[in-house]
Amino acid sequence: MPEPEDLIWRIAGGSGDGIDSTSQNFAKALMRSGLNVFTHRHYPSRIRGGHTYVEVRAGNGPVNSRGDGYNFLLTLGDSFARNPGEDAYYGNEEAKPLTENLDDLNEGGIVIYDEGLLDEEDVEAINLEERAEENGWHVYPVDLRGIAREHGRDVMRNTAGVGFTAALMDIDPAYFEEIISNGMSGEMKEANLKVLEDAYELGQEVEHTHDWSAPTGDGHDEEQVLLSGSDAISYGAIDEGCRFISGYPMTPWTDVFTIMSQNLPKFDGVSEQVEDEIAAAALAIGASHAGVKAMSGSSGGGFALMSEPLGLAEMTETPLVLVEAMRAGPSTGMPTKPEQGDLEHILYTSQGDSTRVVFAPANVEECYTQTRKAFELAYEYQIPAIVAYDQKLQGELRNVPESFFDEEPNADPGSVLTEEEIAEAAHHASDKFKRFLHEPEDGSNVSPRSVPGQEGGRFLATGNEHNEVGHISEDPENRVIQMDRRMGKLDDIREELDAEESHQTYHGPEDADYGIITWGSQQDTVFEAVDHLNEAGHSVKAVGVSDLMPFPEAEMTEFLDSVEHAVVAEMNASGQLRGHIQKELGKYGDKMSSLLKYNGNPFEPRDIVEGFETSLDTGELPHTRMKYVPAAGD
Amino acid sequence: MSAFNAIGADREIEDEEFTPGIEPQPTWCPGCGDFGVLNALKQAMPKVGRNPDEVAVFTGIGCSGKLNSYFESYGFHTIHGRSLPVARATKLANPGVEVIAAGGDGDGYGIGGNHFIHTARENHDMTYIVFNNEIFGLTKGQTSPTSPKGHKSKTQPSGSAKDPIRPLTLSLSAGASYIARTAAVNPNQAAEILAEAIQHDGFAHVDFLTQCPTWNKDAKQYVPYTDIQDSDEYGHDINDRAEAAEAMYDAESKLHEGEILTGRFYVDDERPSYTEEKQAIGEMPEQPLAERYFDEDTEWDRSYQLLEKHK
Repeated sequence: MPEPEDLIWRIAGGSGDGIDSTSQNFAKALMRSGLNVFTHRHYPSRIRGGHTYVEVRAGNGPVNSRGDGYNFLLTLGDSFARNPGEDAYYGNEEAKPLTENLDDLNEGGIVIYDEGLLDEEDVEAINLEERAEENGWHVYPVDLRGIAREHGRDVMRNTAGVGFTAALMDIDPAYFEEIISNGMSGEMKEANLKVLEDAYELGQEVEHTHDWSAPTGDGHDEEQVLLSGSDAISYGAIDEGCRFISGYPMTPWTDVFTIMSQNLPKFDGVSEQVEDEIAAAALAIGASHAGVKAMSGSSGGGFALMSEPLGLAEMTETPLVLVEAMRAGPSTGMPTKPEQGDLEHILYTSQGDSTRVVFAPANVEECYTQTRKAFELAYEYQIPAIVAYDQKLQGELRNVPESFFDEEPNADPGSVLTEEEIAEAAHHASDKFKRFLHEPEDGSNVSPRSVPGQEGGRFLATGNEHNEVGHISEDPENRVIQMDRRMGKLDDIREELDAEESHQTYHGPEDADYGIITWGSQQDTVFEAVDHLNEAGHSVKAVGVSDLMPFPEAEMTEFLDSVEHAVVAEMNASGQLRGHIQKELGKYGDKMSSLLKYNGNPFEPRDIVEGFETSLDTGELPHTRMKYVPAAGD
Repeated sequence: MSAFNAIGADREIEDEEFTPGIEPQPTWCPGCGDFGVLNALKQAMPKVGRNPDEVAVFTGIGCSGKLNSYFESYGFHTIHGRSLPVARATKLANPGVEVIAAGGDGDGYGIGGNHFIHTARENHDMTYIVFNNEIFGLTKGQTSPTSPKGHKSKTQPSGSAKDPIRPLTLSLSAGASYIARTAAVNPNQAAEILAEAIQHDGFAHVDFLTQCPTWNKDAKQYVPYTDIQDSDEYGHDINDRAEAAEAMYDAESKLHEGEILTGRFYVDDERPSYTEEKQAIGEMPEQPLAERYFDEDTEWDRSYQLLEKHK
């Protein structure tokens, strides 16, 4: 049977139907079978009911984005629908996971639906047969609920769906059996195994009208692990010796907060869930002030509450690491949908001139390395460092070689003195420690700190402008010296980053005529599109920007000078990265156009292809899913 | 050997050690009640045997926020209303540090009210001093959360339509395990109460009446005061929650009728501190978190050991 390059399997159902865990297991099984995997999650802001889906893309080549459309739909139907079978506000809720997913199903794709839940009328109502014929889809109605009920509970419909998928796609069911056997016990395990077996057998018995199957795994060179961006951020923090987290739940930030809270006790660390995000950031500052490596974080609205403590950390030069997990705004926006609309908020929120480090990692690996670097810089330079990611990267799983994480921990608390060093350090005549030296040693802008409890180290930290021992001062000369020193740390950090392996990632031929610029979670989707574009005869390269503050001026100048025109692709409505580049570089307004998507769904590679081609003829985009904004002067 | 030799140092401590050489003279207005807090704290600290390097004083914004400019120790002058969350994390990070938080009535009962409730609820082992002058002083005399009903100010020209906060009652219901009220005009009692509050193992809340002679001229100078522990007319079982609640309500009401009732209102020595609670459920190590970063013998585990479940 012919194998398409990748299987893109979408499982759809109601929130509460076990979509998430089933898809994770499905991805893990395919990873173990020797394929590369990538998941994409789409869910509503409701506890139960409302439709949700997850896609698992699996292939032998690099699988770095959700792909274009998808080719296999397993739809369970929404078993938690509040008005089953009736036309409710949102339409027929029970059938919605079937009806709402058909638009993006590729030609020749496969549909499995649960005929135990959806009756003929439901299916007739959406003209499934007609549409299947038009698109060459292969539809398999299966009584998934019946199989589940025979051995266990209704919710095991998801296992039945997986078994049936395995039969249609020629996937060895042993991979799924293994996951069920290891992950469950007792009656649950037995029942699920029987459901899997029955469904697989049924899938083999029915007549197969399709003529393709899933790719067979070539195998991996080394052991793989399946992680999300949130896992990688958390593990990066742990490996940097972070042993304190304070937070308040908010989607999608809750992910990192949960992972840290569950793991920190194993590492003798402390997690605090507190009254609000102001307190969350303030606690992280208090712990860091006492010498502990600490972090906090939130999403848009909660991060807004952190503005004032963030400024306090900048002014008092207290190390602080924050995570900002972006979701669609403004205000409550779309809580479970990704967006990159908080860039300006993250860069500039809080009164006065902002002095902070901002990284936007693009994938699991970058989440790990850049979180580690954020801690390192925060504690060495006594500055807040923010890791910005979004709901897309938060929930997507990818396989990474296990060896990638085989790294030494670094618990160095940075520029903190020991008591012996404090005894030698500069003090005011009154014995107060000079915590905020005008001219730290070796021309550095970092004045080493002491922490409470250390002998001879007492000083005052204050959000007011202050002199060398930390006491409030409005002396104009002191003011300028202290401001310049604090701001100067950003130049020092830029210099350090420029001397290391770049956080910016490049893709495509170096001498390409055109460029695409993107940031954070959209990077790998853009790179896939760049491959398609070059295959189609265009001359394009791309850069994924991670360092947003301090900005990589030299690198971005070189990139923009090397191309005739660049499209800046980002998930917001006002082209915030494009504006930031213009501000930081002071030019290129006439060289950059914007491709913007802010409908709650991340870019697909084909969106970028379409957007790029539109930019070439500065025409209109054929649909309203995205917006094209031409360069200044065009 | 500890990395924090100031903590638990066994040495004679002089009262003068708590007066900073850099700003020995506060710039508060003459006659300000804030001097009373500063002096009481300077007396209390040697009394409980703590030295400046093992004490950390966290303040909010306002005249009271200057406390740690005029008191020699580690200090953190935070932002308006947020002294408590910063302070309690320092305590969690290094329980050996003696943590004091302080702020005005607007800072603690207004903008920072949420933090006050939750810090009391969690019973962190620290002392919280609220400079209660029933007015916003530094911003020049606006009505505050403790201003009496009808109080006229530039921002409430017809007089406040609001009943004032009942800080003691609020503290009791939130969960504070030591609650007292004292006054700047009663220096001996103030120093005694602060020493007790510092020694108390849990959240000790001291509502400190600090007259504002500049912006609250109408208000009494909090004299004559009655120490309820020394009074024949007053006095209740301070370990009894119900009796305490009644006494607090009475004291809060009478304050606005011109009768100043001060003293200890509630003490619960049985309730475990937050650190103890966290340790009991296995979510707080015995060794102070901060200590580990300075201890060369610390073994740092890594995330690599968590990867099994991702395979």
